[in-house]
Amino acid sequence: MSHPLHNLDFASMYDLEIKHGPDSGGHFGKFGGRFAAETLMQPLKEIEDAFYEAWADPAFHEERLDLLKNYVGRATPLYHAKHLSAEVGGAQIYLKREDLNHTGAHKVNNTIGQALLARRMGKKKVIAETGAGQHGVATATVAAMFNMECNIYMGREDIRRQAPNVFRMKLLGANVIAVDSGTATLKDAVNEALRVWVASCEDTYYIFGTAAGPHPFPLMVRQFHTVIGQEARTQCLDQTGRLPDVAVACVGGGSNAIGLLHPFYDDSEVRLVAVEAGGHGLDGNEHAASLAAGKPGIIHGSLSYLLEDAEGQINGTHSISAGLDYPGVGPELAAMLEDGRLQLDAATDDQALDAFKTLTRCEGIIPALESSHAVAAGIRIAADMKPEQTVLINLSGRGDKDMGTVFELLGDDIDKETGGDQA
Amino acid sequence: MSNQRLANVFQRCKAEGRAALVGYLTAGDPDPETSLKLMLAMAERCDILEIGMPFSDPMADGPVIQAASERALEAGTRITDVFEITQAVRQAFPELGIVLMGYANIPYTMGFETFAEQANNVGADGLLVVDVPPEEGHICDDILATHGLDRILLLSPTSTDERIKLACDNGSGFIYYVSLTGITGADMGDVSEIQAKTAHIQSMTDMPVCVGFGVKTPDQAAAVGAFADGVVVGSHFVSQITSNSGEQAICAALSASASAMKEAIHGAAT
Repeated sequence: MSHPLHNLDFASMYDLEIKHGPDSGGHFGKFGGRFAAETLMQPLKEIEDAFYEAWADPAFHEERLDLLKNYVGRATPLYHAKHLSAEVGGAQIYLKREDLNHTGAHKVNNTIGQALLARRMGKKKVIAETGAGQHGVATATVAAMFNMECNIYMGREDIRRQAPNVFRMKLLGANVIAVDSGTATLKDAVNEALRVWVASCEDTYYIFGTAAGPHPFPLMVRQFHTVIGQEARTQCLDQTGRLPDVAVACVGGGSNAIGLLHPFYDDSEVRLVAVEAGGHGLDGNEHAASLAAGKPGIIHGSLSYLLEDAEGQINGTHSISAGLDYPGVGPELAAMLEDGRLQLDAATDDQALDAFKTLTRCEGIIPALESSHAVAAGIRIAADMKPEQTVLINLSGRGDKDMGTVFELLGDDIDKETGGDQA
Repeated sequence: MSNQRLANVFQRCKAEGRAALVGYLTAGDPDPETSLKLMLAMAERCDILEIGMPFSDPMADGPVIQAASERALEAGTRITDVFEITQAVRQAFPELGIVLMGYANIPYTMGFETFAEQANNVGADGLLVVDVPPEEGHICDDILATHGLDRILLLSPTSTDERIKLACDNGSGFIYYVSLTGITGADMGDVSEIQAKTAHIQSMTDMPVCVGFGVKTPDQAAAVGAFADGVVVGSHFVSQITSNSGEQAICAALSASASAMKEAIHGAAT
């Protein structure tokens, strides 16, 4: 029997029309915009112009889609997780396997697009921020392929907890620069990358890693990631004959979420669920749930939901997963929440870790801790649904990078369960 | 309408044939109480005082002013302290120009309306928000005008003529020309390039043009003061707080350093 995907023409899955904003100033409703220092206003405008020009150019998409297919390995499969579905005993769970992309996460969809744009603009150097290191690795990867000098800014705390990714970036030829300011995590890495970019924008392109930041980044990052949802939508129709009832994605800054959910925006029968990092619980301060527990504010160039104190100072956040450990969120998700199109959920550290174990044992798929948040919520949602219904979960990345963290937390338990060191 | 105090400052300086000295310190650095004394020492020698509002994520600032923000916040500085310091400086120096400077999230979180009302009440003359360019002025322009606060806008070497016009049309008080593509405290660029761009901006507006970012020595201040309407010194003053120990020593160093800048600018008077 041939795989269902073989019946699909690769390029025909992708809709290149830009839908649902933003306006010319980069606003999604009252959110978004370009709250940037004057020095960056013109460079950002140049990127915006270059993006719209490239997006209208078939040659740009030909090269981009060729790389996505033959370098990244798209389309990624949509996998019916039958064993997990049976274990949960509710709706059928389908996993969008972004973990199978080259470099192990969805991030490369965006870095390929932006690196092509940087090359079109004649920039020889790229910089990027990274939290979990997935965006850093995806940036270092395309920089290696395009022979561009690459500097990655990463909080020292994240460098500690994501050591394998740091080494991957170095192997790929990137410089990894530790950021010690503030909380030494993702937000501070963004601050530092912005500072460096201000001083180097003439020859340097900033590959922003999530669907946040000043216009046009939320727009561009979304457009480069909608391949996720567009494929999933086509694959779902192909495999089940209908659209999913629920689509679920984890949210830090929101790149995998907007990529999966945006193509379902007009399918009002599909519930769109964003799962935030609940950390140690939403009642305290140790979480990263900006949409659920934050309020509108301005950071890193755009107006969106923020975790901040009463005076507007940005809080340190907490999540077991470095990739979700960010006090802001993309402006389009904020607008979708206010419009009522987006529903919120959260998974705590413990719930994410449980889902990590469950998926690994049921399906032989080790998810990233970020994606485990989506799995945790997806399982909970599916449990209350009927077997003929479907829940689509974005498995945004693989868990190899998290072995250190998980070993610290679960190593002894796993050893006991499996009879210790008999191997 | 603006309260005209900034305009008066520039008029006085112009009458003396010299540029204005604009000094920056972060409010609450190293703690609110000491900070007030340092501000007063500066106010005595500067024509305009920029009072920085500490922020957790100062994206456009170099290490010196980042550290100042961190010290102020660690010392528990709140926006009420910033206003109290402003008020005390205003009471001591009725003619001084005072500009509150910082990042958008602080006034946005308080609400620009409440913020502007209080800022005006304590005697501030203008607000400079690094990350609210003219395009996003819809969130504050009308409110600031209603409360008599000038909206100080920045221009930079990357600003096109279109952007210069935008800033001149939407800003008031003065234009702050960031002389380098970089963060605060970096090394100053080529003076003749700065002079050419400043002259170009001056040709497009009647507003005074102050030049800052990177001015660290009296010689640089004199060079910039020879063509700009104002010279902004920030990181150099802030760095006195860590390079001297004890309130008296810092005060003395700031006074000496501000006096030297002032004399250099006066010396460059045409």
